[in-house]
Amino acid sequence: MNIFDLTVHELSDKLQTRQISAVEAADALLARSEALNPSLNSYITITRDQALADARQADERIAAGTATRLTGIPIALKDIFLTEGIRTTCASRILDTFIPPYSATSYEKLKAAGVTLLGKLNQDEFAMGSSNESSAYGVCRNPWDTSCIPGGSSGGSAVAIAARQATATLGTDTGGSIRQPASHCGCVGLKPTYGRVSRYGVIAYASSLDQVGPMTRDVTDCAIMLEAIAGYDPKDSTSVDTPVPDYQAGLAGGVAGLKIGLPVEYFRHALSPDVQKAMDDAIATYRSLGAEFVDVSLPHTDYAVASYYLIATAEASSNLARYEGVRFGHRSESAENLIDMMTRSRSEGFGTEVKRRIMLGTYALSSGYYDAYYVKAQKVRTLIMNDFINAFNEVDLLLTPVAPTPAFKIGEKINDPLQMYLSDIFTIPVNLAGTCAMSLPAGVSGSSLPIGVQLIGKPFGESTLLRAGYAFEQATGWHTRKAEL
Amino acid sequence: MQITVATVEHIAKLARLSLTADEKPTFASQMGAILEYVETLKELNTDGVVPTSHAVPMENAFREDMVTPSIGVEKALANAPFRAGSFYLVPKVIE
Repeated sequence: MNIFDLTVHELSDKLQTRQISAVEAADALLARSEALNPSLNSYITITRDQALADARQADERIAAGTATRLTGIPIALKDIFLTEGIRTTCASRILDTFIPPYSATSYEKLKAAGVTLLGKLNQDEFAMGSSNESSAYGVCRNPWDTSCIPGGSSGGSAVAIAARQATATLGTDTGGSIRQPASHCGCVGLKPTYGRVSRYGVIAYASSLDQVGPMTRDVTDCAIMLEAIAGYDPKDSTSVDTPVPDYQAGLAGGVAGLKIGLPVEYFRHALSPDVQKAMDDAIATYRSLGAEFVDVSLPHTDYAVASYYLIATAEASSNLARYEGVRFGHRSESAENLIDMMTRSRSEGFGTEVKRRIMLGTYALSSGYYDAYYVKAQKVRTLIMNDFINAFNEVDLLLTPVAPTPAFKIGEKINDPLQMYLSDIFTIPVNLAGTCAMSLPAGVSGSSLPIGVQLIGKPFGESTLLRAGYAFEQATGWHTRKAEL
Repeated sequence: MQITVATVEHIAKLARLSLTADEKPTFASQMGAILEYVETLKELNTDGVVPTSHAVPMENAFREDMVTPSIGVEKALANAPFRAGSFYLVPKVIE
């Protein structure tokens, strides 16, 4: 048995019964992370000293009998989460030396539960991308085929799970950034309902769409992690004050009698034969488990990407105005006056994709175009939300592909941003509607790359999502497939 | 949709970005293609549709007006590229 192969719940059992110490677990995961990082580039920063200090504390807590389910579990965070005293770059040169003065609430909660922090994971710069290629620290590689992208923007968070470099990770999802890399790397990734998890201390990309979520080996781990991070936070006025259910309690409830919708618009798109097969198999599995399928319509699906790339870039252009070289981040040394200093600092610090999105967002918000682009996109967002409300009057869940194809090659779409954006067609509508969704390992391509399927739930319907996900993985076992490394 | 280099320069100025001579025509053609794609939204009649700015309907979030600890001057200034005492330092603004 390798410690790094264990899931959160398996390792937790062994920690509580003292078969493994938290320091042994930290050592095993650190060694694995350090050994594989030169080839995969999943970590921007490995926090060895922090991890060992956390692990020693966890062992004391276990000995004292005050441990939680997560005490001593080695986790890693996307480098978008602020970690007090630990460098946080958001994969951008502009934050290359940034040491946050406080921590994200989601990390504070995990810390209070006693986790061991292994480090900060690679991602697309400011979470803008679908391939992890926009990182200022180089692309992170898919462990199933290192010539392929891991997906993005939470690429490192998915790779660290698939390559057994962390027992669980957190990512963020603005247009699919948890679910798409989870699908491409063969892990479980859940985007909770907007407002379910605090965004405090998460570097903002598009504030009305951003949401924090877990990426794990299996659905049980996902439930454990979600339960730990969910809940109202007075520091995030958009977090919602509804009780956090016991997500593990109902996992084994099965799907008999559940009504699952298949959005007809999603299947009019060209799916790769491998993705189509994974979908057909998933439908057959759920049928055999007693779920009922019906066709539903989400008539405005084809307008989601256009609406998203106006709203997200507009919010980004506003959010990223804070990088001006005065309070934190890169400051150009060669400036003549204040405006010049700000302009040079930003131009030297931001990468191409970030600049492109700031430009698009600025255009959409600029005088004369605001109503035609930004307000129009917000109106279309209303229509897309209504599509989901109507569908969920008929069904309990929706089942869809995550991405139209398995992971593509590094460099394949880098010069065609529109093609890159269009690969998010099945994940983006969920963010616009603000509801929850999960990517589950569900198949394999002809070239052995993992393929995920997406379950979409009603707002705050994470329990149903997890229950259906658990039933699927118990029936299929796709989540146990391991990348050869 | 046609986006000119002059438009790119105007938007860059608004966004406080300076683009290289190579970036300008590339951004012009890429932004043109993306904006042409988003033009498809115009096919939809949205008369009378209320715009959505947040997925979860919520009222103003108020809190008690209580003094609570804050991170303090030293921590707040720790990442400032240039500072003088407890102030941020910037290039001279007033001649």
